[in-house]
Amino acid sequence: MSLALVLEQLLNGVQFGLMLFLMSAGLTLVFGVMGLINLAHGSLYMIGAFLCAAIAAATGNFFIGLMAGIAAAAAAGALIEILVIRRLYARDHLDQVLATFALILILSEGVRMIFGPFPLYLTVPSVLRGTVNLGIVDYSLYRLALIGFGIAVALGLWALIAKTRLGIRIRAGESDREMIAALGVNIRVLYTVVFALGAALAGLAGALVGAIQSVQVGMGEPVLILAFVVIVIGGIGSIKGAMVGALLVGVIDTMGRFLLPRLFATIFDASAAAGTGAALASMLIYLLMALVLIFRPKGLFPAHG
Amino acid sequence: MDNARKEWLLNTAIALALFAVPLWALLADEPFIITTATRIAILAIAAVGLNIALGLGGMVSFGHALYLGIGGYVAGIAAHHAFSGTTVLGLPGTNQMLPIWAIAMILSGTIAGIVGALSIRTSGIFFIMITLAFAQMGFFFTLSWPAYGGEDGLPIFVRNQFPGLNTARPWEFFLLSYGVLLAALAIFAMLRAARFGAALMAIRQNPDRAAAVGISPFGIKLVAFILSGMITGLAGAMMADLTRFVSPAMMAWTMSGELIVIIILGGVGRLFGPVAGAAILVCFEVLFGGLTEHWKLWLGLVLLAVVLFARGGLIGLLAGRAQHG
Amino acid sequence: MAETVLELRGLSKAFGALKATDNVSLTLKKGEIHALIGPNGAGKSTLMRLVSGKLTPDAGEVWLGGAEITGLSVARRARAGLGRSFQVSSLIPDYSALRNVMLALQARQGHSYRFLMPVMRDRALRESARAILERVGLGPRASVEAAVLSHGERRLLEIAVALALAPRCFLLDEPMAGLGSEGTARLVSFLRELKQEAPILLIEHDMDAVFQLADRISVLVYGRIIASGSTAEIRADPQVRAVYLGEETTA
Ligand SMILES: Nc1ncnc2c1ncn2[C@@H]1O[C@H](COP(=O)(O)OP(=O)(O)O)[C@@H](O)[C@H]1O
Ligand SMILES: [Mg+2]
Repeated sequence: MSLALVLEQLLNGVQFGLMLFLMSAGLTLVFGVMGLINLAHGSLYMIGAFLCAAIAAATGNFFIGLMAGIAAAAAAGALIEILVIRRLYARDHLDQVLATFALILILSEGVRMIFGPFPLYLTVPSVLRGTVNLGIVDYSLYRLALIGFGIAVALGLWALIAKTRLGIRIRAGESDREMIAALGVNIRVLYTVVFALGAALAGLAGALVGAIQSVQVGMGEPVLILAFVVIVIGGIGSIKGAMVGALLVGVIDTMGRFLLPRLFATIFDASAAAGTGAALASMLIYLLMALVLIFRPKGLFPAHG
Repeated sequence: MDNARKEWLLNTAIALALFAVPLWALLADEPFIITTATRIAILAIAAVGLNIALGLGGMVSFGHALYLGIGGYVAGIAAHHAFSGTTVLGLPGTNQMLPIWAIAMILSGTIAGIVGALSIRTSGIFFIMITLAFAQMGFFFTLSWPAYGGEDGLPIFVRNQFPGLNTARPWEFFLLSYGVLLAALAIFAMLRAARFGAALMAIRQNPDRAAAVGISPFGIKLVAFILSGMITGLAGAMMADLTRFVSPAMMAWTMSGELIVIIILGGVGRLFGPVAGAAILVCFEVLFGGLTEHWKLWLGLVLLAVVLFARGGLIGLLAGRAQHG
Repeated sequence: MAETVLELRGLSKAFGALKATDNVSLTLKKGEIHALIGPNGAGKSTLMRLVSGKLTPDAGEVWLGGAEITGLSVARRARAGLGRSFQVSSLIPDYSALRNVMLALQARQGHSYRFLMPVMRDRALRESARAILERVGLGPRASVEAAVLSHGERRLLEIAVALALAPRCFLLDEPMAGLGSEGTARLVSFLRELKQEAPILLIEHDMDAVFQLADRISVLVYGRIIASGSTAEIRADPQVRAVYLGEETTA
């Protein structure tokens, strides 16, 4: 096990973490501001990936596809918010879980109807193909670009929330809903905008990841569950928590899957041991989440006191 | 006619229909319909279990597939060892349902006790997510644990046995499942009417008031959660015998979601809610699944409509609000 | 001198920089009504929550019948003999008035881990609950759901639930709030009898009622007890007059 391999896995973990952050940011904002559990967030990720793949194939340009993916996810988000989600803010969590579960069924089947049952393929744009030399390891240029891009979007989001008027309203909405209504902010529009923003980020993540995995119906759900793990670990409603949680989950999951089977195999010296290691590795982040919830029931960075 | 009486009539009608349709299928030699009715009965048992935690106790467990899977794997592993004549943890396998059921219930009850003890103090989204996390652990564990088939699952070559019945015959296995369903419903009704149920439903509605009269919410909720997990675990063992196959899919989060969906479609906290809900879900799949490959789209729309506009589910729609006296 | 039933020793509780309860000590003796008055936000409800166990104090102790209960949960304290009514009615909304009282009776009689016999078939439990409802005048409304009862009826049901606990002392947080003059008058005479069963720590805004009922009064301002004594003493206390009537204190 060379250092180069470890470094490569670590970078993969960070890259995975940053993509998870893009997913989690919207989820945590929507919960923080509107108090809504949105299981359909993974469907927006899927929509972003599908549109990106279809438009990139049609135009031959990945970046046009990417724009289309983001726009489609944002538009779908706004539409869903106006048609359905809006009616759920005042409902209890059970209703929210069920209604958004229903949305998953509808959106997944909808995408299957439009794009057919087979996976689409999205290839890495030619300018980002190949590897770069990082001293001891040759690393995928595209993945490196994802890391850079993820950091840039995170900074942009931070600036948006910390510095802009929209950000102030979002933060006000998190602490006191009646207050911002009293200030004359149009809550309905604000909620739609926040939801569409989260959807755009999810669509962006889906499109970016689509180029290194296959684009298929159901691709959003595993990521959705991980994003929930992230925001619960980080503290629901906290963007900072989402960032820390995403990196933790990304790195621990990737490194766990890489290291644990090897570790078990060397200690217990049997092929079954590697299987045990793999089984444990896949449970690791859920274990982490359970531990965080037991010892810090509101997550690492609780958003409300 | 008051609501309680309407509900009683409706329940009787549902119970009779669930018996009469497969009986007709037996006479008409339609084994698929008998198997479908058996599936409804077993899913309903699983949902009756969840209904104790969710309907009576207000605990939105998003991880009840865990107990279904535990029960399923107990049946699968026991049959696997009985078939190959090997032992597990020093015990021989068995192809008898009664000991399998007992172990399935003890094991799922124990795990539910651990999960409950760690999660009941949280509430809202945290409770939902922590129960989901534990179920995901089970899912990924079975997925990557190679000894019992891992991803591929574990077949049960011959359906396990029940004294006095030939379980390989669809009708006899249906009768068994129907009997267990009635027993599970009787237990649910008994719990709900007893002091335990009075305390549990009070805690759901107003935990502060319950504590102020001297009822500690934690213990009552924990016991409810354990009972709930046990019944769902039993259903898991039966489900494995129905499909003669267990796989990690039994523990998938979508399965947990499906159990909640069943309860909502039927009516939360209602005695026959799980039965009505399971019947709606399975019939929907069988009927629409034959007509269009996109039946899940329609299921999604129906579910959405129920959540948004018909909160009481089918029982609520036909029998009005629940009455507690 | 009558025996002390409930005793608070040096209770303090801060919410951030706000001292909601500041070193409060008081006693409740057998047969008496001890009223706690003070302006809005003085910390009366907070003190009630410290006694009932909903909040844990930063410092101080709560003693009930000679045993310390400070470390106990709300439910354990209730079983130890605290009968509490809430300032904002807090009942089981889907349960009828009768079932609300039955729940309290069931909790008082023992644990709730009984799985077999239906509660509603428990004649003894029903009859006792009905008798308690009759006592507070809610007999005719026994089968009405709590959520459907009028505001005044819910206040009475709060009292009935506390009664059902047959507690060692009552903690009543503004029981007269919103009752109207007739309702208040009825409740005043009811509480006057009730104190013979168990002493009452009473928070009340209605000063007429307080001065009619209380054997002793403590005045809470900014979380601290500024005066404590008989009704006559409190009436005459210059500090109290300053707080309530805005009179200048004469040094
Ligand atoms: N949970 C809490 N967190 C923060 N401040 C609180 C809390 N509960 C009460 N307070 C504050 O403590 C003070 C006393 O409140 P309260 O006990 O309700 O007064 P009262 O019942 O005398 O009107 C008030 O200033 C109130 O805002
Ligand atoms: Mg108050």
